[in-house]
Amino acid sequence: MWRALRPSTKNLVLWQLMVLLLVFGVWHVLTTPGLIPPFLFENDRQAAFFFGEPLKVLGRIWAWFFTSRDIYGHLIVTLVETVLAFVIGTAGGLAVGLWLALSPVAAAILDPYIKALNSMPRVILAPIFAVWFGLGVASKVALGFTLVFFIVFFNVYQGVREVSPTVLANARMLGASQRQLLRHVYLPSATSWVFSSLHTSVGLAFVGAVVGEYLGSARGVGYLILQAEGTFDINTVMAGILVLTAFALVLDWVVGQAERRLMKWQPTTGETERI
Amino acid sequence: MTHNMTAAAQTPALALDAVTCTFVAHNKRVPGYTAIGDVTLSVAPGEFVSVVGPTGCGKSTLLNIAAGLLVPSRGNVRVFGAALQGLNHRAGYMFQSDALMPWRTALANVTAGLEFRGVAGAEARRQGEAWLERVGLSGFGDRYPHQLSGGMRKRIALAQTLALDPDIILMDEPFSALDVQTRQLMENELLQLWAAKRKAVLFITHDLDEAIALSDRVVVFSAGPSARPLGAFDIDLPRPRDVAEVRVHPQFIELHRAIWDVLRDEVLKGYAQQARRT
Repeated sequence: MWRALRPSTKNLVLWQLMVLLLVFGVWHVLTTPGLIPPFLFENDRQAAFFFGEPLKVLGRIWAWFFTSRDIYGHLIVTLVETVLAFVIGTAGGLAVGLWLALSPVAAAILDPYIKALNSMPRVILAPIFAVWFGLGVASKVALGFTLVFFIVFFNVYQGVREVSPTVLANARMLGASQRQLLRHVYLPSATSWVFSSLHTSVGLAFVGAVVGEYLGSARGVGYLILQAEGTFDINTVMAGILVLTAFALVLDWVVGQAERRLMKWQPTTGETERI
Repeated sequence: MTHNMTAAAQTPALALDAVTCTFVAHNKRVPGYTAIGDVTLSVAPGEFVSVVGPTGCGKSTLLNIAAGLLVPSRGNVRVFGAALQGLNHRAGYMFQSDALMPWRTALANVTAGLEFRGVAGAEARRQGEAWLERVGLSGFGDRYPHQLSGGMRKRIALAQTLALDPDIILMDEPFSALDVQTRQLMENELLQLWAAKRKAVLFITHDLDEAIALSDRVVVFSAGPSARPLGAFDIDLPRPRDVAEVRVHPQFIELHRAIWDVLRDEVLKGYAQQARRT
């Protein structure tokens, strides 16, 4: 019995689910009124008020998706904002990263400004974007873009500069033109750096969308959370957070799949092949 | 050899004329490092020339200049009589370290040069497969470089360089990272491929045995800085050669002794300099 249950690579998912159950269990025990005597708050309803109750949170999520079915419109808006910010930000970071890495003079001129823009707390821009682009999707995409762009940009910039000089010289000797070098040497070499940044930036695209919605919108999961906070409905807030987290994981998984497909040339440690 | 006599009368495939290469120091107060000084060297079409010298004698610098990757500080380079401008497009370069593109399969690496030159996909693939077979790796075309052994990667690099059928082949210690057995196999393979096409080869090595076994002519370089050729030895051993068998040829031993006499002092000098620098 214990041999089958002992943590190993085979029953990883089982143990991961058990951690989840444990967290929910502890949450449930600590917050359900009347279950254990209150030790932090004066009365046994306060824990539920501040931290929500997992059963009610899950019930809320169930209602959103299956009974009242009113989350889909909001969720689609948030996902569209996230994906747009992610795609546009990645494309922009890639293009500018390649350009600056390949033209050192432009990079040297722009260097202080890039550093300044990167160190600026860009969430502050959200109200400005709301004024510029309105309260719809565009202003959230703009905020997400500013977050994603710099991460991808810095990684591409670094990736291009770390191209092996021998591989580069070899490709040049084989007759590659500047365009071909870009397509066949710089880009593939930078992709491994880009992918490591994409996991971070997909999360940040989500942050951009939700924070944007939170600061001013009429639709989206961030808007739902804001509404619930207005009425001190902590269970709905928690439900919104859980839904967002789940979808962030899904997006991260999609990026991981793309990475596995595109990066199959990279050695994985200790890889052997059964012939 | 009569072959060399006629070759010498022709325009050399590659001619370096009083070439000096000084690297600029990052620190302004120290003078630049002159890797090679006043080197005059020529390779006739179809001639196999090896350059031997102590470590750090600027042999790689020499090849980079011949390839057009480095511009010499002084002197000029001629390729089939024409002054070299930019990259040397008539030369193939086999690098000392791994230069394969890790994101391309073995076959795609071999056909990379053909692809860059606009050869159609199917035709490039056909030629690539033929080259893989020639270097004994047919059936390995879909592997990525990291899935191949060091020797296999060198074969792929050889096929990649030769697939473009360059008139001049530059080789920078191509087999130095291989074990002795693999190395002899590769050397014999190289000789066979070379004998079939008779291209001009400039081969850099620190292994005197290898140099004598392969070449028509061995050029000995002095220790750096400011390395230059100290002497050239014609190797008139009969061809075709087998690199393992030719080593016991009495003439081989004779040549080895003669060249080593010149080389030994330089090797000692080179070591002394490196010891001082570190």
